[in-house]
Amino acid sequence: MKTANCPNCGARIDFRWSSAVQTVCAYCRSVLVRHDVDLERVGQVGDLPPDSSPIQIAAEGLYRQKPFVVVGRILYEYERGGWNEWHLIFSDSSSGWLSDAQAEYAVSFLSPEQGSALPPAESVHRGTKFQWNGVQYEVSSLTRARYRGVEGELPFQYWNKEEVLFADLRGGDGRFATIDYSEANPLLFLGEAVQFEDLRLKNLRQFEGWS
Amino acid sequence: MSETVPPATAAKVKGFNCPQCGAAVALRGFEHTLTVVCVQCLSVLDAKDPNYQVLQTFQERERIRPLIPLGSRGKLHGTVYEVIGFQERTIHVDGMPYSWHEYLLFNPFQGFRYLSQYHGHWNDINTVRSVPEPAPTGGKPGVRLLGETYRHFQSATAETTFVMGEFPWQVRVGDKAAVQDFIAPPRLLSAETTESETVWSLGEYLSGARVWDAFQLPESPPPATGVFANQPSPYPGRLRRTWVMCLILLGVLLNLAILISALAGKEEVFRQSYRHPRELGTEAAFVTSVFDLPGRPSSVELSIDTDLRNDSAYFSFALINEATGQAWDFGRQVTHSGGGKARDRALVPTVPPGRYYLRVEPELLSRSGFLNYELLLRRDVPAAAFYWIAALLLVVPPVFVGIGAVSFEKSRWQESDYGESSAASEDEEEDEE
Repeated sequence: MKTANCPNCGARIDFRWSSAVQTVCAYCRSVLVRHDVDLERVGQVGDLPPDSSPIQIAAEGLYRQKPFVVVGRILYEYERGGWNEWHLIFSDSSSGWLSDAQAEYAVSFLSPEQGSALPPAESVHRGTKFQWNGVQYEVSSLTRARYRGVEGELPFQYWNKEEVLFADLRGGDGRFATIDYSEANPLLFLGEAVQFEDLRLKNLRQFEGWS
Repeated sequence: MSETVPPATAAKVKGFNCPQCGAAVALRGFEHTLTVVCVQCLSVLDAKDPNYQVLQTFQERERIRPLIPLGSRGKLHGTVYEVIGFQERTIHVDGMPYSWHEYLLFNPFQGFRYLSQYHGHWNDINTVRSVPEPAPTGGKPGVRLLGETYRHFQSATAETTFVMGEFPWQVRVGDKAAVQDFIAPPRLLSAETTESETVWSLGEYLSGARVWDAFQLPESPPPATGVFANQPSPYPGRLRRTWVMCLILLGVLLNLAILISALAGKEEVFRQSYRHPRELGTEAAFVTSVFDLPGRPSSVELSIDTDLRNDSAYFSFALINEATGQAWDFGRQVTHSGGGKARDRALVPTVPPGRYYLRVEPELLSRSGFLNYELLLRRDVPAAAFYWIAALLLVVPPVFVGIGAVSFEKSRWQESDYGESSAASEDEEEDEE
């Protein structure tokens, strides 16, 4: 584990992932971007709103026999509640996402297809069909979400956004795709719905009265 | 399923006071709860608003008592769930309202699931995150999910008619959704479509007793009335069992018949060939020589073997006891058409031993030409008719169960969009106690 000190408050910053681009100081909530050995403070995030995800930073689990640890998160909010995108680092140092929307869980990975290979936002409507990696997906909803905050280590700079547009697509067998239109170049995430118990999560948050 | 469930009161339940009536409102769904309905005044409140803004109020509302109280904990699929929300939803078919109840269950790790209840029929429901594929079957619409085909049952608009407790979505009385139900008993696959999206959910039929056991509820569940859409038919198993039993008994019967047939004496007691007419001018009727039927009372079989060709003859017989004069009268029509020999048999059951003779009166249909025939009498011949009757009786139970199975499916589909006349057959009232 690499360590550094927060340029703002001097607190120790532990990196769980050597390739982290951004992290947030757990003490002063400064958003810190890594430049080789230096950390640059680019801004500050407010307190995260209370949420009830049982996942937390440093939780560990298993996806398709591969152990992972939760190192960061992005919290979104939309008209029907909020959801978390937990940033996972697998034992082989690869990165993935565990989304938790009202305790419905899904694991996804950034697809190499991006930018011009993806449909522009204005051509995506409910019911439109696309195919990636031989799997057909159908747009189930377009979600305008508000970015509510970040925590921990992320693979890119991501903070202080306003509104974000997502296209959610469903395939067969619980597979799904998300196109993230928050950047000029859209990003595609491909994944599948997972059962909570299959993730064999440890280090979870505790809820009083529940075990 | 009857393990003890830790009570919800182990932890302090979060809450606030209703801004409308001041009653205590519990919050059991943590930050997932978007709307909460005051149990006291039934006002719908914004759970995310710092002042719990009132979103909907009602002057007068009929209260519905949930069968499983809010805050109850129960164990389903090995996970403890707490009842946090309750709603009544109603569809109208031919102007008639049909209402069912939905219980929202919550576990902070496993999330949400639902129990639905209609006339004592329960379903354990989970949202589905795969999109079922269209799969019409037999001209009817259907869908396919995880290798199973579901047949379309009903399409309707469901309106939320009563809410209580917490919901992780924006709930209001009057919410409407287009609901499509597809069935593969004991499973029920439903699509609920609102303006923004279609959500699929998969239910599995559950007996009231299972629910009572899971939630350790007092007394007994309300009895289930009628046949529910995805209620598993009790008949296929029963039908298989009765057929298996029937086949076993038929096998026993067949073996018995073979055994008895093998043990039977089939002893020849009389054989004679005749020609008809015997002599021109004489009467057709005659008596045979006397023969002996020895041993115990037994059946007697008479075989008639003729050389008829494309003709028919009628034989009147009487088996007569020489000593007592007791007679068994019977007749046989022997017909020849096409190939083979024209022959017939007649069986006289339980004839006591003694000396007997036969009175015979043959009559040739064509009334011309000659007829050669042989009469053969054997005693102790098993009666095949008995076995046929027994076999027929053995087939009765599975046939009845089969009829039951068909009428069960008929009752099921009667309630669907494909029922004969859903208006005429419905006289049940909604039970809202």
